[in-house]
Amino acid sequence: MDMGKDLVAASATPLVLAILAEGDSYGYAIIKRVAELSGGHLQWTDGMLYPVLHRLERQSYVAAKWSASENGRRRKYYRITKEGRAQLAAQRQQWQAVDGALRGIWMKACPA
Amino acid sequence: MTTFADRPLEEQIAQWRAYVRRRQALHGPDVEELEEHLRDELVALTEAGLTGDEAFLVAVKRMGSLDALSREFAHAHSERLWKQLVMNSDAADESVNTRRPETLVVLCLAVAAALAVKVPALFGHRLPDEEVPPFYFRNASLFVFPLLAVYFMWKRGWNAVSGLWLALPFMAGAVFANVFPFPHDAFDALGHWRSDTQRLAALHLPIALWLAVGFAYVRGRWFDDSGRMNFVRFSGELAIYYVLIALGGGVLTAFTAMLFLAIDVKPDVFILAWLVPCGAAGAFIIASWLVEAKQSVIENMAPVLTRLFTPLFTLLLLVFLATMAWTGSPINVKREVLIGFDLLLAVVVGLVLYAASARDPQAPPDFLDGLQLLLVVSALVVDGVALAAIAARISEFGFTPNRVAALGENLILLVNLTWTAWLYSSFLRRQGSFAMLERWQVAYLPVYSIWAALVVVVFPPVFGYR
Repeated sequence: MDMGKDLVAASATPLVLAILAEGDSYGYAIIKRVAELSGGHLQWTDGMLYPVLHRLERQSYVAAKWSASENGRRRKYYRITKEGRAQLAAQRQQWQAVDGALRGIWMKACPA
Repeated sequence: MTTFADRPLEEQIAQWRAYVRRRQALHGPDVEELEEHLRDELVALTEAGLTGDEAFLVAVKRMGSLDALSREFAHAHSERLWKQLVMNSDAADESVNTRRPETLVVLCLAVAAALAVKVPALFGHRLPDEEVPPFYFRNASLFVFPLLAVYFMWKRGWNAVSGLWLALPFMAGAVFANVFPFPHDAFDALGHWRSDTQRLAALHLPIALWLAVGFAYVRGRWFDDSGRMNFVRFSGELAIYYVLIALGGGVLTAFTAMLFLAIDVKPDVFILAWLVPCGAAGAFIIASWLVEAKQSVIENMAPVLTRLFTPLFTLLLLVFLATMAWTGSPINVKREVLIGFDLLLAVVVGLVLYAASARDPQAPPDFLDGLQLLLVVSALVVDGVALAAIAARISEFGFTPNRVAALGENLILLVNLTWTAWLYSSFLRRQGSFAMLERWQVAYLPVYSIWAALVVVVFPPVFGYR
């Protein structure tokens, strides 16, 4: 299944925020988690996650901190902020609205 | 540290890192973060059984296209594309070590230049409140250029012996600027120079000595073509930076005056004797340093201005010629008209030079090259008309130093532009390469300085210091 670019981009913010709401994480782990959650359907080019994270950091939805990882190198960890949680809640409502609307029409138009 | 036992793999990572670092939108920490990601991926892939090479290929592929990535980074950090315009502290790791001493050296040299302006005051050459004595005009370039040469020698790593050789032109300049017995009161009641040869010497010494600065700039390798062209680029950018700094300095001066006048302290002596002359000297070194530091970071401004003004000047000259042909009114030969046409030719040579400085010599002729040829030819025609008008009356005027200097300069620029036009046309007919034109322009550079040196050294005695 090839997902449209716009949809992937639009879903990036809620996905990343939701994953960080589970607990602090770093880039590579976030990507693995996305692949796991979507059953491999959501394939990002790995690098593209980082501009998204940086944008969220700038909007202060997430906060970043460099700390030592288990292998002794420096790693940048991300944490969701209070604003981030509020944003996540807002996004969740929006996506649920979209989801609800689509669900309604799926049932009538093309019952699977 | 997860370094890989696999040496080639580490080398590949290092190469990738160096490649990514060259992206403007990606800063040091971003690269580190991406590299960390790459390493995590590599660990996972090699554990899954891939060899180092295979894992590297897959990991880099998964990272995605660097172009798209740096575009995204630029979106996320749009200020980074602008921030290149100020000194960036974390631009590149290796330059941090080299920059600190350079900043210090430049500051010392700038202060030295500023103080050098005040040294003659110790020997009675005061900068008075109103009029700058001719001593300062004659020696203006000597306060700054030697220090600029020292900066380049320090930066390019010269030895003392070549440094001594380079001191010779400056010493000669100092001697010839000061030994001649010019009349003592330099200005008449109207503020005009009494001695034309003195004024000419003051105007031409910087042009002559600029060649010596160029020699320091190219580290003595004058005949490497790229070196001379780089010096041309440097000179153009320096002029632009200097004007910008001067504008800022003007604002600073205005506020100095305004603030102190507000408390009834008269700042004019401080402004005229310290702030303006010392600032002008120091700013020259600072501007040079900025140009040196910036050369790879921002697009050069001089070629941009060239592109902007080449069509406009071409249009001006063509309309002028057409108007002259239509109305039939001859050039009204007045005192300053020859100098005006000299300046016109100098501007055209500048436009040609800076167009050449930004052009890829390998590229085929394009529209702008045709425009350049048109500009050069129309400038030649305009100058030819002017020269004919002047020649008809030169016997009437007699040979004053000003007129000889202006005629000589006109001749020099005319020769340059004539040959330039020829080279341009053979380039447009695809019978020659653009590199020939570039070589001609840079080979011609010393001619300007040699002529200027002649004006400084030969003119005063020949014309009896008048």
